[in-house]
Amino acid sequence: MALDKEEMLELYRKMCLIREFEETVSKFFSQGQIPGFVHLYIGEEAVATGVCANLVKQDFIASTHRGHGHGIARGASINKMMAEIFGKVDGYCKGKGGSMHIADVELGFLGANGIVGAGLPLAAGAAFANKYLNNNGVSVCFFGDGASNRATFHEALNLASIWKLPVVFVNENNMYGISMSQERHQNITDIADRAVAYGIPGVSIDGNDVMAVYEATAEAVKRARAGAGPTLIECKTYRHHGHFEGDPTVYRSEDEVNQWKKKDPIPRFGARLLEMKIMTQDEIAAIADEVKREIEEAVAFAQRSPVPAVEELLTDVYCD
Amino acid sequence: MPEMTYSQAINEALREEMRRDDKVFIMGEDVGIFGGCFGVTTGMIDEFGPERVLDTPISETAIMGSAVGAAAAGLRPVPEIMFMDFLAVCLDELVNQAAKMRYMFGGKAKVPLTLRTVLGAGLGAAAQHSQSLEAWICHVPGLKVVMPSTAADAKGLLKSAIRDDNPVVFLEHKMMYAMSGEVPDGDYTIPLGKAEIKRAGKDVTIVATSLMVHKALAAAETLAAEGIEAEVIDPRTLVPFDKETLFQSVEKTGRLVIVHEAVKTGGFGGEIAAMVAEECFDMLDAPIKRVAAPSTPIPFASNLESAFIPNEEKIIEAVKAIL
Repeated sequence: MALDKEEMLELYRKMCLIREFEETVSKFFSQGQIPGFVHLYIGEEAVATGVCANLVKQDFIASTHRGHGHGIARGASINKMMAEIFGKVDGYCKGKGGSMHIADVELGFLGANGIVGAGLPLAAGAAFANKYLNNNGVSVCFFGDGASNRATFHEALNLASIWKLPVVFVNENNMYGISMSQERHQNITDIADRAVAYGIPGVSIDGNDVMAVYEATAEAVKRARAGAGPTLIECKTYRHHGHFEGDPTVYRSEDEVNQWKKKDPIPRFGARLLEMKIMTQDEIAAIADEVKREIEEAVAFAQRSPVPAVEELLTDVYCD
Repeated sequence: MPEMTYSQAINEALREEMRRDDKVFIMGEDVGIFGGCFGVTTGMIDEFGPERVLDTPISETAIMGSAVGAAAAGLRPVPEIMFMDFLAVCLDELVNQAAKMRYMFGGKAKVPLTLRTVLGAGLGAAAQHSQSLEAWICHVPGLKVVMPSTAADAKGLLKSAIRDDNPVVFLEHKMMYAMSGEVPDGDYTIPLGKAEIKRAGKDVTIVATSLMVHKALAAAETLAAEGIEAEVIDPRTLVPFDKETLFQSVEKTGRLVIVHEAVKTGGFGGEIAAMVAEECFDMLDAPIKRVAAPSTPIPFASNLESAFIPNEEKIIEAVKAIL
């Protein structure tokens, strides 16, 4: 399914929105205005954007600790996301979740997750629900290269394969599990190779090419909706920042970071759109202005919002 | 009222809830064709088919995790973990996912699942198939914990658990599956958080859980022959806990013995003792006593296993020590 001009522009705009969101979070975090841990998606925007462009209402995504990009790509409110990250009552979780627990179940966003690899069986379960309800929905699980070493990966892929669940496992291989490089944490180069163990298709693609991500996901989603079961897509990508904000990144070289910055998915897709004459320099500038304004509004919304009332401590533990 | 076993009562509750609500389904190791490791789900696959009675691979993490995902996505899963000991294999899915989703998402998610699992010693199943680990679960806010001691309670509480919008851990004692009892007909439910006085008495309160309720009742009979009237209370659910029934009893008797099969250290008995000490210290006429297993892994040899499990004699001894 080829994308039209508007859809391609939207992919570009969405990646810019994620980037601007994350750079803004980085700025406020370094100023001490955001508590806790934040893990930023800068450099990986093409994955969430290309994947989520294939999803419809009844679909689910399960995300990770590095989840802001997934939420934005799925269409979550950036105001509520920003307010949540600031720990404010108008945030998605009333300030009770924070960066690692932003969720919008109504929107099919089953949440970021503070446990590496926890999303895999959750996504399999949501896919089971879609299949059980026969609503043609699919479920997507984002997870990192580090998570591919967890038992959840094996158990979820095995279960999804035998039950032919409509799920797409999207591995974001950013080459590091916290400080441990892929070559140190596993004895394979392509995580997609692991699909063989479950008798499902596995593809390894350039995760910094939003069109490649879009197309690989389109194929996997089509397969899932048709009842043919899960697919494992490995997207090779890179996080420009450390594992968390404040990570001294002693485990990787400046040179490596610079090499990857040359493959930055946003200018890369921008250049392609210019070349295809789908977008003009003026439009690039206009998109940059537009997302900047949107994020400024989100920050203003977050800053305006009060902190949760102390009584909130004791609510929402159980449903009534 | 028809008489049936604890196992049949659970089977009936599952069937009734599955007939009532097509979003309810069961999943677990060998629950389908095999009918469950203890036969509890026998015949269910014939009535509901493999779409709603799902045999899973030996993958506790996938069972628990996919149940959480399915529940968040709108179904009402009833996963089974074959032995409670195996919860150690999938605690993340229960403790960090199911229990916390509602709170950490600001009240905007529901995880209506009922985890059925099996606890208890007595079968010579040794250290990894016999533990009573309810205290672990009670320690995690967001989960409810149910421990029925009779067939009727098992049915009524399981039906309520399945209808509850929270994650509920439903603990069945393997030595009670064959016990029979009368079970009310029809749509019989028991609210979670309601204790039952299994035997009235005025001299001492014995709070006991699961299989220990029966040992406490036997001890109470023996004590009665000696003129000591023990009141036996079964909390039935540990979370939420019915403090009112317990406190009223302690007010009447002034004496409390707590009995559970779990090891004493860190056991839920400590929590019950603390509740009473904090809130009704003035009502007590004697120190609180706990009868629990010693803090050891569960041994295999029959004589050692018998020595591990709290029994009638130990309960009587504890009662007499504070009279």
